[in-house]
Amino acid sequence: MSKYTEILFRPVFKENPIALQMLGICSALAVTSKLYPTLIMCVALTVTVSLSNFFISMIRNLTPSNIRIIVQMTIISSLVILVDQGLKAYDYETSKTLSVFVGLIITNCIVMGRAEAFAMQNPPGVSFLDGFGNGLGYSVILIILGTIRELFGTGTILEYEIFPLVQNGGWYVPNNFFLLPPVSFILIGLIIWALRAWQTDQIEEPEFKMAENSPVVIPNPPPIPSSKGTSA
Amino acid sequence: MIENYLNIFINAIFIENLALSVFLGMCTFIAISKKIEAAIGLGIAVIVVLAITVPINNLIYNYILRDGALAWAGLSDIDLSFVGLISYIGVIAACVQILEMFLDKYVPVLYNALGIFLPLITVNCAILGASLFMVEKDLYFGESVAYGLGAGVGWALAITILAGIREKLKYSDMPEGLQGLGSTFIIVGLMSFGFMSFGGIIL
Repeated sequence: MSKYTEILFRPVFKENPIALQMLGICSALAVTSKLYPTLIMCVALTVTVSLSNFFISMIRNLTPSNIRIIVQMTIISSLVILVDQGLKAYDYETSKTLSVFVGLIITNCIVMGRAEAFAMQNPPGVSFLDGFGNGLGYSVILIILGTIRELFGTGTILEYEIFPLVQNGGWYVPNNFFLLPPVSFILIGLIIWALRAWQTDQIEEPEFKMAENSPVVIPNPPPIPSSKGTSA
Repeated sequence: MIENYLNIFINAIFIENLALSVFLGMCTFIAISKKIEAAIGLGIAVIVVLAITVPINNLIYNYILRDGALAWAGLSDIDLSFVGLISYIGVIAACVQILEMFLDKYVPVLYNALGIFLPLITVNCAILGASLFMVEKDLYFGESVAYGLGAGVGWALAITILAGIREKLKYSDMPEGLQGLGSTFIIVGLMSFGFMSFGGIIL
């Protein structure tokens, strides 16, 4: 049993797809300015990556290895089309907000990466769990980002007012800075920093080490030329 | 006429830069930007692939997939736009494969220079993203050529700048947890703020 919990929760903190594996970053940045679309995006990605892992793993022994990318792409894009059409049917407003990013789940490297790295070697049940775990790991980072950005950017969470705004007689002046897309880069950088302060084995080795300051030794200081008394 | 194309081209490079304004192709953008030579190689490959696939996808969208596009075949009430995603990614995968074989046979110098970057490009979301934006903007064929080329040049420019900064930055002494990935994210954020200054410019 513990093996399954391990597979499920390993990608959340230890091998987070965004913070360590550098996968699936694009959508993490563009959709997180409000929490609600962020949640929808997380659900869409988690569904896609779990199911694609499941189906790819089911046919892993029948797939010739030289055409496997095309096979994987076909499965993944069919799943994404289902998700996309479902979203358009039931929540058209959000699908407009997410615009191309639902479609871009196809090329989201988490999906391809997990299919290649895990589903091609493991049975369907475990692959499903691995996909679900990676979806969770992605969702954790996205939800943190979405919460911080919406809370400080507009003073609300899921449109519910947490900080009373100045224009409604409260005290909080919304910081529009947090609604700008580049902020999510900086927030992810800080989240990575926090995560690595906790999980210290994720720290990357620096390519160059600063040399320690060596004690300054001045051997035989050169004679100071004096203008006087040099005439010989 | 030429002004319109030039507008779309410049707009795609600076104002709607794929990497720094809409954040596409980030995975490769961050993974392959340690060395400036590699970054330039990948940038060129992206330019070539975007300049080919965006116009092809434009033709496919306008003459096969869009609502009523099959009128030339007498099927005017068919809307195939829901299979868009799978056809675009198919076109991209096929183009990359063909381009790889073509370069291997006729331009081996370029083939060797691009190396492993060509197959990597299939899963780069900047490529699919540009095709999806092309559909969303409803461009004509000529415009889509300008857009594909501009989007590629913009992406290549951004990754080259980032690689240049990272090459210098590896000599710096920063907190342990920020080394590598963490600092790269923050730099990209700052670069992106820089590119925001192009926003709102009307050509």
